[in-house]
Amino acid sequence: MTGTPLLELEKVSMSFGGLACVSKLDLHVDEGEIVSVIGPNGAGKTTLFNLVTGIYEPTEGDIRFAGESISGLEPHKITRKGIARTFQTLRLFLNMTVRENVMAAAYGHTRAGVLRAMLRTPGQRREEREIRALAEERLAFFGERLMGYRWDQPAYSLSYANRRRLEIARATATNPRLLLLDEPAAGMNPRETQEITELIGQLRGEGGYTILVIEHDMHVVEGISDRVVALDHGVKIAEGTFGAVATDPRVVEAYLGTGGMARK
Amino acid sequence: MDDRLESDALTRPVEGAAEATASEGATSPAVGRDEWVARHGERVVRRSGRIGAAEQRLRAVPWWAWLVLFTALVSLLPVVFESGYVRRVSFDIVLYMLLALGLNVVVGWGGLLDLGYVAFYGVGAYGYAALASDQFDVHLPSYLAIPIVVVIGAIAGLLVGLPSWRLVGDYLAIVTLFFFQAFIVFVSNSDDVSGHDLFGGASGISTVDPLNAFGRELPVAHLGIFSVAYLYVALAVFVVVYVALHLVNDSRTGRAWRSSREDPLAANLMGMPVNWLKLMAFMFGAATAALTGSLFASLNGGVYPTTFAFPLLITIYTMVILGGAGRQAGVVLGAIVVGVLLETLRDANDAQYVFYALVLLGLVGTLRLSRRLAAVLVGVAVLGYAIHLVAGAIDSAWVDGTSPGGGWLGDALTHWTVVPTEPAGWIKPVSYVGLVASVLLLTLVRDRLRIVLLVPVLVLASFVWENVMLPDPSSTRYVVLGAILIATMIARPAGLLGERRVEIV
Repeated sequence: MTGTPLLELEKVSMSFGGLACVSKLDLHVDEGEIVSVIGPNGAGKTTLFNLVTGIYEPTEGDIRFAGESISGLEPHKITRKGIARTFQTLRLFLNMTVRENVMAAAYGHTRAGVLRAMLRTPGQRREEREIRALAEERLAFFGERLMGYRWDQPAYSLSYANRRRLEIARATATNPRLLLLDEPAAGMNPRETQEITELIGQLRGEGGYTILVIEHDMHVVEGISDRVVALDHGVKIAEGTFGAVATDPRVVEAYLGTGGMARK
Repeated sequence: MDDRLESDALTRPVEGAAEATASEGATSPAVGRDEWVARHGERVVRRSGRIGAAEQRLRAVPWWAWLVLFTALVSLLPVVFESGYVRRVSFDIVLYMLLALGLNVVVGWGGLLDLGYVAFYGVGAYGYAALASDQFDVHLPSYLAIPIVVVIGAIAGLLVGLPSWRLVGDYLAIVTLFFFQAFIVFVSNSDDVSGHDLFGGASGISTVDPLNAFGRELPVAHLGIFSVAYLYVALAVFVVVYVALHLVNDSRTGRAWRSSREDPLAANLMGMPVNWLKLMAFMFGAATAALTGSLFASLNGGVYPTTFAFPLLITIYTMVILGGAGRQAGVVLGAIVVGVLLETLRDANDAQYVFYALVLLGLVGTLRLSRRLAAVLVGVAVLGYAIHLVAGAIDSAWVDGTSPGGGWLGDALTHWTVVPTEPAGWIKPVSYVGLVASVLLLTLVRDRLRIVLLVPVLVLASFVWENVMLPDPSSTRYVVLGAILIATMIARPAGLLGERRVEIV
């Protein structure tokens, strides 16, 4: 399964005016891999996600997904090609029900238009049933937590941890090949963090997704990553296994500075 | 043996109690766990007792059953009331309901502030007039003219939407407002478009055909009273539009609309083409408004630029906001409430009952049935009568005027409120401004002081109502409408039937 690159970034740069957020970044994620991106605040991690998902267009370089260039495409078209993400600051559709949140994300790979919706054609009704079943299946992935009566509750009634889970469920409902998770364990307690670590493994194992994840919690990074990429000031400073990256002097410097106080 | 029995008897209830707490723990999770948080909302919403049970049962009634019931009731109106007035007002209100349904797509589901909405209504009316009148001597049958008008409306929506492709919030509102103004200016001067008379300018087009098909016309009036057929046509159109929009809302398109209302960026990243969806919401709203416009033109036999003005825009927005943007049943209720209110407030006699009923309702709503309420009511009655006596003793001309309302309430009020025969010129503006200022003051004070101050403010309100507002119903009705809107928004920010909405959590 592994080996062929699913996502490739080639000398990608992004600058806002004179401020370079990402510069000449080379990165690849292979099919079936879990890659973690680490780095201090402002290192360009979320900008990297925004570039891949099409919120920004790179000022230089090329982004390829499954061998096809996707830089410059609109976000919803990139999503339809098979990239879905979650957000560091949760962005759910708060006033819609839990199930509707997930159902809405099936928009890209469903077809029935307004005319068919008005006439309730058999095809439209079948598709609608399929969307509903898909949403319930995606929610069932999280076990008891997002089941039953929860389906019809507005998303704003969910707890913080459940909102993070719902975001992941929503992202998977777009039928992606690559999942981008932006700090999935942020704001979670140790038990929930442990769960999310296992969950990311399951997403690959059972869901078959390739995963690129931004995470600050080093226990999570250690627990899930096949490969770790460290960024600082928009430049890749280290890449490799968790052990290698975590002890890389440049990474230690980026996190702790060069004051000479950093000792193990 | 005895010993064992005794010990069993002793331990059993204790065991039972332990089980009870354990099972209770399983059904009602501990405070702070997310189960508890999630169920908290339910506990707040669910009322206990008979009202709660009735509410639960009413919620279980499907939407189409309500629609059938509602349609049946409205179609019975002309049977119960023979008068052409009731039919005509019902027809107008059905048009309001249609307009509110269309605006609900744009504002309630799409989340787009479209201030040019009434222009699309105008486009529909003028479109129908162009296709079925003596203006260009084109007389298309209604089954052709109306669909063409709907398409024209949708295209107009698309054209206005295109430049605002990337605009959000306030900027979109400004662009659409500009379009509305441009429309008004254009039709008002359309009698001389480089030498051609297009739409009759300020005098409009006054020879519009009634609804017709296969060479036969549907007369607007039958035996001198408003033809009930138009009410039924409008009602049928309303049902079709309601059902069609409901089905669209309950489909992937509707979900996508609401998703992009909630969070456009997230919707875009979940595969939804947000810009196209925005345009589509615009087109749906515009097409509904245009459809309504063609019904309006066919009934009135004429279209004039003054119809499509800002008061109408504000009225439709009030309906949608008051009823609850985002819920079809809500905006329909809003249209009925606002439509009926505006109509009743036209007549001084009816307006008087409405005013005092609303004040009483407001008092009961805020103070409940309490001793404070009784105190306020008694206080108002006593203070008003005392002022009336004193004023009458000083100069009988101060109280000899009659309430413009008339009726038993008007008669009663003549002995209570101060209504001078000829009030001095300064009294009206001063008392009006004084009332507004004292209402504002009321919002700043609390508890007992508020109750005490409420009494003179209510007496003053009655004075202002009788002397300033009632003699001028045309502007009063909008003032009353505004006051109702403010009060409703404070009491129920989501509108009468709106769902509770959360902006940021």
